[in-house]
Amino acid sequence: MTFLQVEDLKVHFPIKGGIFGRTVGHIKAVDGVSFSLEKGKTYGLVGESGSGKTTTGRAIIGLNNITSGKVAYNGHDITNIKKAKLDIRKDIQMIFQDPYSSLNPKKRVLDIIAEPLRNFEKLSKQEEKKRVQELLELVGLSPESILKYPHEFSGGQRQRIGIARAIALKPKLIIADEPVSALDVSVQAQVLNFMQEIQKELDLTYLFISHDLGVIKHMCDHIGIMYKGRYVEEGTTANIFDNPQHIYTKRLVAAIPDIDPNKREAQAQFRQAVKEEYEQSYNDYFDEEGLAYKLQPISETHSVALPEKG
Amino acid sequence: MWKFTVRRILIMIPQIILLSVLVFLMAKMMPGDALSGLIDPNIDAETIEAKREQLGLNDPWYVQYGDWVEGLFHGDLGQSFRFKMPVSELIGQRLANTFWLSLATLILIYAISIPLGIISGRYNDSWADQFITGYTYIGFATPLFIFALVMLWIFGFHFSWFPTGGSVAPGMEPGTFEYVMSKIQHLLLPAISMALIATVGTVQYLRNEIIDTKQKDFILTARAKGASESRVYNRHILRNSLLPIAAFFGYEITGLIGGTVFVETIFSYPGMGQLFLESITMRDYSVVTALVLLFGIATILGALLSDIILSLVDPRIRIK
Amino acid sequence: MSNQLLEIKNLKTSFRIKDNYYAAVDDLTLTVNKNEVLAIVGESGCGKSALAFSIMGLHNRAKIEGNILYKGQDIANMPASKLNKLRGKDMGMIFQDPLTALNPLMEVGEQIGEVLMLHNKSMSKTERVEKVIELLNKVGIPRAAHTFGQFPHELSGGMRQRVVIAMAIANEPELLIADEPTTALDVTIQSQILDLIKELKEDMHAGIIMITHDLGVVAEMADRVAVMYAGQIVEIADVQTLFSNPKHPYTRSLLNSVPNASETQSKLHVIQGIVPALQNLPRKGCRFSPRVPWVDKDAHEENPVLHEVTPGHFVRCTCYKEFQFPDESQGGATS
Repeated sequence: MTFLQVEDLKVHFPIKGGIFGRTVGHIKAVDGVSFSLEKGKTYGLVGESGSGKTTTGRAIIGLNNITSGKVAYNGHDITNIKKAKLDIRKDIQMIFQDPYSSLNPKKRVLDIIAEPLRNFEKLSKQEEKKRVQELLELVGLSPESILKYPHEFSGGQRQRIGIARAIALKPKLIIADEPVSALDVSVQAQVLNFMQEIQKELDLTYLFISHDLGVIKHMCDHIGIMYKGRYVEEGTTANIFDNPQHIYTKRLVAAIPDIDPNKREAQAQFRQAVKEEYEQSYNDYFDEEGLAYKLQPISETHSVALPEKG
Repeated sequence: MWKFTVRRILIMIPQIILLSVLVFLMAKMMPGDALSGLIDPNIDAETIEAKREQLGLNDPWYVQYGDWVEGLFHGDLGQSFRFKMPVSELIGQRLANTFWLSLATLILIYAISIPLGIISGRYNDSWADQFITGYTYIGFATPLFIFALVMLWIFGFHFSWFPTGGSVAPGMEPGTFEYVMSKIQHLLLPAISMALIATVGTVQYLRNEIIDTKQKDFILTARAKGASESRVYNRHILRNSLLPIAAFFGYEITGLIGGTVFVETIFSYPGMGQLFLESITMRDYSVVTALVLLFGIATILGALLSDIILSLVDPRIRIK
Repeated sequence: MSNQLLEIKNLKTSFRIKDNYYAAVDDLTLTVNKNEVLAIVGESGCGKSALAFSIMGLHNRAKIEGNILYKGQDIANMPASKLNKLRGKDMGMIFQDPLTALNPLMEVGEQIGEVLMLHNKSMSKTERVEKVIELLNKVGIPRAAHTFGQFPHELSGGMRQRVVIAMAIANEPELLIADEPTTALDVTIQSQILDLIKELKEDMHAGIIMITHDLGVVAEMADRVAVMYAGQIVEIADVQTLFSNPKHPYTRSLLNSVPNASETQSKLHVIQGIVPALQNLPRKGCRFSPRVPWVDKDAHEENPVLHEVTPGHFVRCTCYKEFQFPDESQGGATS
């Protein structure tokens, strides 16, 4: 059974213009996106800046208003999540990109992590402190650090505080928006490993949003590629990386620098070939507005945005 | 660009209407009305009532408001009860005085704040900066009316370098060179007093802007290009730091209004500020109402000016 | 030795924190040759940018000791008035964030023109405009004449970085320093910018110092690689050697911590601990030892120096000989 179902999601932002500041048009940040998550799996949402991947994540959790479409969690309609039941809202949490700005610098770690607990659960001071200490231990930080402030921690540690806050309510689904983009590689490895560990431990489902294909490949079971608010391709990790079908996906995969310097020449030639194909066949893959077509299934797990046949 | 300006001006209209309604209602709530100052208290009540009816003072407030606004458009601001003359005429004389005083003050504010702000920001944490910052703190802490009194006492009475009242020496022929010089002499001390206090905000603002801009990445870019230190300062740091100062110009005008009320009173300078305070103490309500309306409109215009300047000088919000 | 462009000898760049100076670049010796890309890799806080800024003389209040010889001329501590004749002309720099590296209130053409004007006073205004447009074309900006009059906020991130590059190469410098030039960009834009830098290198035969934390970018671009940790070079080698036969524990750990799109790893290697803050850096012994606590203390040198393991391949400290990942099957063998 699907755990999270997103159907034809649209998020449009109005453009104001003219003397009276009327709405003269819309930015279609997310323009008809559908996907579904399976429980305990990690779904990767990939795209470049402006592709709408972050807006999609934020719309699901209610930080952006949904223009149209439907979001269902575990069979419950949560399109308007602000009106959803408390325990459903507790189940879905978010991890933000920048561990430096997403934690309030004036609050102690105790208050940061306890904030969701205070919003949803009534705990005594003692119970609350105990829960926070348990959470800190779970994310590998010393329980004594509850009285410290965010600036006393390194980037990786801060991101762990962000994770501790996200898992405080024992959520079932975590939307992670570029959780490691602001971190150094070694710290990034730490956070990614840790996310995998708690996924097993707590049976979490991730919606993992990133522009880094290396990270996505490492973390995800299913991947959706977004471009200008639409899906261009969706499939398992193997589908996307070994058998990319859409020219945009091919180009994205080809753009990743290869870690083997001996393949430099081959990589450059491959990239050149993909670039030529991109230029030649652009019109086969995008409509007049330069947007992707609707997804067409090409195998059980793999769909590509292609013009309808005939 | 013009679109932005037109939109900004359109926004101003409801602001001014709202202001006029508030001012009008305020005037209505004050004890007495246009009639009580004009008539002999010995006239019997019925005649007064008839007169009230005739003048429309018994109409509902919105009808009266309409009449009042109509009057405004004809330049009729009512009658001053104290001076027994039309308010518009009364204000007309004072307006010029206040205008020149404000202009002199504005020039002094920038003449002081720009060099001080630049020194302070460029050489921050030097002794010069500490001295200037010290001055700004004192400036913030000193109430204008006390400072103005001290200035008046020292330079007006003690040294007699400046006249201690009026806007021009008596008996001068308007238009002559002496007349102009006398005018300038009269407004210099109040202008300096006001500028020395009002400038400190701008000094600090400019200092912080410069310190901020100094640390921007594009300053590194400029240095990496091989630009000399003076070029880095003049072309990149100063230009970018002065921008918010320029945008603040309109609000600076607004700030001056509050200052003129005190300064003109202390220096017995016949401007609108002095008139305002006098009219309040004398309960000359029609003058007060007219002045509040004028000050309010000046404030709204100041904000408009700031927005337009900002949109002109900053390409990031320049609307094409 | 005529091929040598830049020779850094025992460079020590120190910053003042409270009352003491702490070295962010500590006794660093390095050469850059003409027509080569030298990559400098390391995590943030390793002193990569401090090194680049020392070469360009961009540090404000740092103490710089040692020598930086540009074509034999010592530019360390050179007064700005003299250095300004080299900066922007012989040496160009590309910055990390193209949004903040450009003056928001100046037209981009004017900003590129400035660097031409500063080093070629005799150039007329029309010549300058022509040259700027030529440069904009060269870095692949379509509609160059139109872009000339635009402001930075009107351009996309990739276009802005092209403008920054145009500025850096305007006077055809012999030394180009690129400080994380693609970190702020999307992958497809990144590959375009890297291609552009490669092309320019072919064109100008410049020496390029490429500072990055992205090992993929290194593998793609570099001829030689220097790995920096805590202000020192811990390993330096040509790019093939470094990736196929890394020696230093830090290099090996870094390579194993990258999630790689071309291979599948079950678990990423995590380097224990963090890069210590400047004032807490151990100044004696192997600086990396606190992060590999399982390695025998005796394996480290007392005063680690660079050892030449094969010609041109240097590794600091003897600990590399005994280094193993705590669980080899988990970390993945590197050979």
